[in-house]
Amino acid sequence: MKTILRLIIGVFLFFAIQANCQSQMVLIEGGTYIPLYGRDSLPVTINDFEMDVYPVTNEEYLQFVKKYPKWQRSNVKSLFADGNYLYAWKADTILADNQALKAPITNVSWFAANDYCECQGKRLPTVDEWEFVAMANEDLADARTLETYNEFILSWYEKPKTFNNEIGSTFKNYWGVYDLHGLVWEWTSDFNSVLITGESRKDVDTDSDLFCGSAAIGATDLMNYAAFMRYAIRGSSKAKYTMRNLGFRCVKDK
Amino acid sequence: MKNLKYITLILVLIIGVVSCKDTSNKKAEVTYQCPMKCEGEKTYSEPGTCSVCKMDLQPISEQTSKIIATDEISDESIFNLTSTWNTEEGTTIQLKELKGKTLVMVMIYTSCKAACPRLVADMRNIEKEIPKNLLNDIDFVLISIDPETDTPEVLKAFAIENFMDDEQWTFLQGSVAGVREFANVLAVKYKQISPIDFSHSNIISVFNAEGELVHQQEGLEVDNKETIAKIIETTEKNE
Repeated sequence: MKTILRLIIGVFLFFAIQANCQSQMVLIEGGTYIPLYGRDSLPVTINDFEMDVYPVTNEEYLQFVKKYPKWQRSNVKSLFADGNYLYAWKADTILADNQALKAPITNVSWFAANDYCECQGKRLPTVDEWEFVAMANEDLADARTLETYNEFILSWYEKPKTFNNEIGSTFKNYWGVYDLHGLVWEWTSDFNSVLITGESRKDVDTDSDLFCGSAAIGATDLMNYAAFMRYAIRGSSKAKYTMRNLGFRCVKDK
Repeated sequence: MKNLKYITLILVLIIGVVSCKDTSNKKAEVTYQCPMKCEGEKTYSEPGTCSVCKMDLQPISEQTSKIIATDEISDESIFNLTSTWNTEEGTTIQLKELKGKTLVMVMIYTSCKAACPRLVADMRNIEKEIPKNLLNDIDFVLISIDPETDTPEVLKAFAIENFMDDEQWTFLQGSVAGVREFANVLAVKYKQISPIDFSHSNIISVFNAEGELVHQQEGLEVDNKETIAKIIETTEKNE
């Protein structure tokens, strides 16, 4: 009987720990929008889904590699990550002294990010899902035409080493999601669907229907530039690449 | 005794929560593991009992990129991918079952009217140039980027229609996630641009018998001399 009690207590504890390990998520209500690059400027419809409030942190990723040793730096297959994978870490399961536990994990490949989310029972967001949530500022679901929104993104592009900052250090957007802009770039599940080549040039959206009359002059160019940078990164990435300013977060179907 | 069953059940449930979930509609292959993890992360391919605690081994679902502990393949080999695929003949395989032959791979979809017929023609032209005595050691593999449409039946019909139904041709249907992952290994990009159409990179890739990438040819109707030379050279090395 005692054993059973112990086991049950153990089980409860286990669940409590599990619950703590699961990062916070918020509901994103789906909708329709026109992304910068899409199917010939056609609206894209997004279903309801849940998204991590913060990018995955060094601490969370450390737990992950402890549990799944195949993702430790010395074990990782070169097919799945290039030579810069977790390069700043002191050892397989030890962060560098200057890496904050609460800073976003970077220098991880798409394969690693993909697997991490799968192990949480989640998945990486699609490009369209990520862009949909990232259109928001503090109070609007779609702030893309506001000059302040675009200026924020562009000023981040100029700031060095934002990847050392802790999660939650940027703004909380309309959906309750932090750090989509201003901290690190993020992997998407189908980043390799971005074909920035001759054929996708026609996908650049300069459709005036996109902008309401009150939009600031020049917002088009700003908006296109801020978003274009993200698409350009996706278009030039390979799945085994690892970069110092590229992290990820997970989502879940509703 | 009842209690013990109960506990086992609870534990199994927990393990179910903890082990990697299969979120996509992949066809996972089943492996078994002690629910108490007596032997750490050790897994078995057959059901049985744990040698330490004698509990029944529990099935766990695999992830696509679960690495098989084997020293036979290098870190660079595509045989590290554990996704499952259906062939045009209706069999289910993992890529490592193609081991031992030179692989010439391309990603297409059968309802494609633009680039694919020319890519397929490129593949056929390459195949034509290969000395007949080497064909037994080469597998020409066409992988669909539209797994929802391209079922094994559709692929079989396509193979017959295009005179690509001989032994040396293999057509594969994967899962949506498996295809995305595989494209990432080849650095192939693709995007669905309408319900029936995709835009995609035109890349033919050559792998040696160990599954390591040795050559890629990009573009349509490019001069394929180099590719053919590479295939012949790689295949002769395999001998």
